[in-house]
Amino acid sequence: MSAFNAIGAEREIDRDEFTPGLEPQPTWCPGCGDFGVLKALKQALPEVGKNPDEVLTVTGIGCSGKLNSYLDTYGFHTIHGRSLPVARAAKLANPDLEVIAAGGDGDGYGIGGNHFIHTARENHDMTYIVFNNEVFGLTKGQTSPTSPKGHKSNTQPSGSAKSPLRPLSMSLNAGATYIARTAAVNPNQAKEIIKEAIEHDGFAHIDFLTQCPTWNKDARQYVPYVDVQESDDYDFDVTDRREAAEMMFETEDALHEGTVLTGRYYVDEESPSYQEEKLANGELPETPLAERYFDDDYEWERSYDLLERHT
Amino acid sequence: MSDDELIWRIAGGSGDGIDSTSQNFAKALMRSGLDVFTHRHYPSRIRGGHTYVEIRAAGHEVQSRGDGYNFLLALGDSFARNPQEESVYGNEELKPLSENLDELREGGVIVYDEGLLSEEDVAELDLEERAEENDWHVYPLDLREIAKEHGREVMRNTAGVGVTAALLEMDLEHIEDLMEDAMPEKILEPNLEILHETYEMVRDEYEFTHDLRIPEGEHDEEQALLSGSNAIAYGAIDAGCRFIAGYPMTPWTDVFTILSQNFPDMGGISEQVEDEIAAAALALGASHAGAKAMSGSSGGGFALMSEPLGLAEMTETPVVLVESMRAGPSTGMPTKPEQGDLEFVLYTSQGDSSRVVFAPGDIEEAYEQTRLAFHIAYEYQLPAIVIYDQKLSGENKNVPVSFFDREPEPTLGSTLTEEELAEAAHDASGKFLRFQHDPDNDAGVSPRSLPGQEGGRYLATGNEHTPAGHIEEDPTNRVIQMERRMEKLTHIREELDEEHPSNQTYYGDEEADYGIITWGSSHGAVAEAVERLNEDGHSVKGVTVSDMMPFPEKEMTEFLESVDEAMVVEMNATAQFRGLIQKELGRYGDKMTSLLKYNGNPFEPAEVVEGYEVNVAETDEEPSAQVRIEPAAGD
Repeated sequence: MSAFNAIGAEREIDRDEFTPGLEPQPTWCPGCGDFGVLKALKQALPEVGKNPDEVLTVTGIGCSGKLNSYLDTYGFHTIHGRSLPVARAAKLANPDLEVIAAGGDGDGYGIGGNHFIHTARENHDMTYIVFNNEVFGLTKGQTSPTSPKGHKSNTQPSGSAKSPLRPLSMSLNAGATYIARTAAVNPNQAKEIIKEAIEHDGFAHIDFLTQCPTWNKDARQYVPYVDVQESDDYDFDVTDRREAAEMMFETEDALHEGTVLTGRYYVDEESPSYQEEKLANGELPETPLAERYFDDDYEWERSYDLLERHT
Repeated sequence: MSDDELIWRIAGGSGDGIDSTSQNFAKALMRSGLDVFTHRHYPSRIRGGHTYVEIRAAGHEVQSRGDGYNFLLALGDSFARNPQEESVYGNEELKPLSENLDELREGGVIVYDEGLLSEEDVAELDLEERAEENDWHVYPLDLREIAKEHGREVMRNTAGVGVTAALLEMDLEHIEDLMEDAMPEKILEPNLEILHETYEMVRDEYEFTHDLRIPEGEHDEEQALLSGSNAIAYGAIDAGCRFIAGYPMTPWTDVFTILSQNFPDMGGISEQVEDEIAAAALALGASHAGAKAMSGSSGGGFALMSEPLGLAEMTETPVVLVESMRAGPSTGMPTKPEQGDLEFVLYTSQGDSSRVVFAPGDIEEAYEQTRLAFHIAYEYQLPAIVIYDQKLSGENKNVPVSFFDREPEPTLGSTLTEEELAEAAHDASGKFLRFQHDPDNDAGVSPRSLPGQEGGRYLATGNEHTPAGHIEEDPTNRVIQMERRMEKLTHIREELDEEHPSNQTYYGDEEADYGIITWGSSHGAVAEAVERLNEDGHSVKGVTVSDMMPFPEKEMTEFLESVDEAMVVEMNATAQFRGLIQKELGRYGDKMTSLLKYNGNPFEPAEVVEGYEVNVAETDEEPSAQVRIEPAAGD
């Protein structure tokens, strides 16, 4: 018998299962875009047949970090910027888990930027949702890596002299194999994109635009969005790196010019995930490592077996 | 200083194969029945730069490098010939000979390579004069030429070994066997030729003027020669650890490499990642998901692990980290040992520390305490740290093979099965009460579940939290959770006192009124010094402390109560361990002086003896060696 019976258990999953029955209630501000992510996730997970016990959500610090406090799955609320290394190791130790990491734009593109680049590069099989509201929320409104140039805040009172980071292009260059942008103001698209990301076999990065009604009232994310997949004006091949790159550039410019384009930008189903690569070169065990500790019959190799080379 | 021992020093340039040659020679000595101990000195460079390895071999137990040495094989530095004469590194060819003479004992033997070190160069050293003064026996040979004749210049090493064996009247059998095991056929043949030719040549053509011969010894069981890094890696393997994440940094890289090379064959996972923050965070993630996991680094990398370390404490995630100290601050001296990170490792990260820290004193302890660290980490759900240093990391010593014949311990400790989870307490929303205070478990341990298990959902968070893992700042809850986490240390101390009192090692004259205290890799030199002092008619006892946190208060109080005076020996400038003893016991500041060394080289037994003499005689004299006396509080 498996030690992890919840994984892959076939049963009808009710959406309410992902909602904790009791406290805590979200402490996000009224009108916060983070509610949109929570809602989309709660809808998407049952639709892709996941049950709460097989899902591990790993978050960082900030308003986004509280996601798994309000979502009834296994959760690891880590520290600022460090959700990805924690998440990818959990997936390596038990590849059968459904691992979803989440963080904010400060958390994921700022302090955790290095981990983001390398997790994308390695193409770990997981979903990464970045709550992008272009501002530090929980620390009260400071400029973030995605804040537009000139953004004024209590730490940059004369307006930021820095250009905003381009998360989609950065992700593509780093090596993510599923890249999309969606927005809290578009719940249906958000749910579909999360479903695709979960089902994608590789590193799926979602730049999730979440409006901050308290600290970033000027953000362009409130304007009506255009779904690039549904518009004839933006016809491109999402499996083509170059076309995707071009579209991303256009999108990232447009965001700060007042048009919000969302949708899938890049999908590469061909490249093997990191887990597959590691399995192929013999660096990942066939059965999950985590499972082995429950197997009484497993023959554990001892250091004694290695001593010959020392005698 | 014992006469019946060989301390062989092979010196050359980094990249000249000094390490591999000495490793084989040490093994040959071990196979001939001797106890061996190696010490490695090298610069932070890849090629060139003076490096040496010392092998001490005797028919009795050896636990330190000893004092000085009695056989020098100076090969010259083949990478030192710099085409630009005025370059920074200049001509360092001579260093393997010139740099080593001060520590060569009276009556010692010198073999140098005439092929690389010309007569004029050597003349500058006044070698002849010094040899006469010290009764050194010098054998210049053109090793380079012999190597070139039969193979390639790099085989000078083999020529040197052949000469050594001949001069010591040592049988070639073990050396040949080891060469056959280590070398592919193509290079084996010329190497064997070189070995034999030099051996015969020296035996036939030279008249031996020296007294030094290979010591006699016999082992009653099979021995293995391994390093501290090997011992740590093997301790982890036998503890059931199968996940390691790391970032290369000297000297921790050795442990990382050994496990990375072995894990694929034993179903383990090794990850080299972007930085040390990630490395420790990966170990946490793997452990959270149900693996026995570890990470590690040296000082600078460990600094980055500060965040995940605190997260492990707050989320009660078991993990083992190893920290191999090198001389600091900052990048310091990458290839030199120091015991300067103790305070750093004890208190790194914000908040109150709830971690276990072990400091093994030798290779056997490195194995045992790494195993123990996993046991404690997983039973009590907290981070356990093994702190050691560049010295222990790189030194080799023979250990009976049977020492490692122990059952593996692949248990996840206080982790529930799904059947047990079904019976366990849950809150009204169905969440498992992962952090519930268990009245039946007074050690403060609350068993955990693993993601993927049915009915075990909870939130692990670095924030203060409720029993189900929800973020909570309520004062009552805070106190309960805080006390539960701190309570573990009290119980770990009890378990260690009952089941592992041997972690502290006592030696010397039990009745003595003078005590010497040390920790970590300084153990060997101190133990040997204490033995020597007692042989010389002094009455001294010693203790090497391994448990840094939780601190062995009872044992150390007893020891300090039993002596009038004590000297704490450690490799740092600020007497960190003495400070820890005073802090933990709240007194004895006026009873303890310190003997400190921080020049990048480990203690030699003679320096400890000298420190004792200066302290006890209470002269105003400073010790002559590169050590410093730090007086007792109030003095």
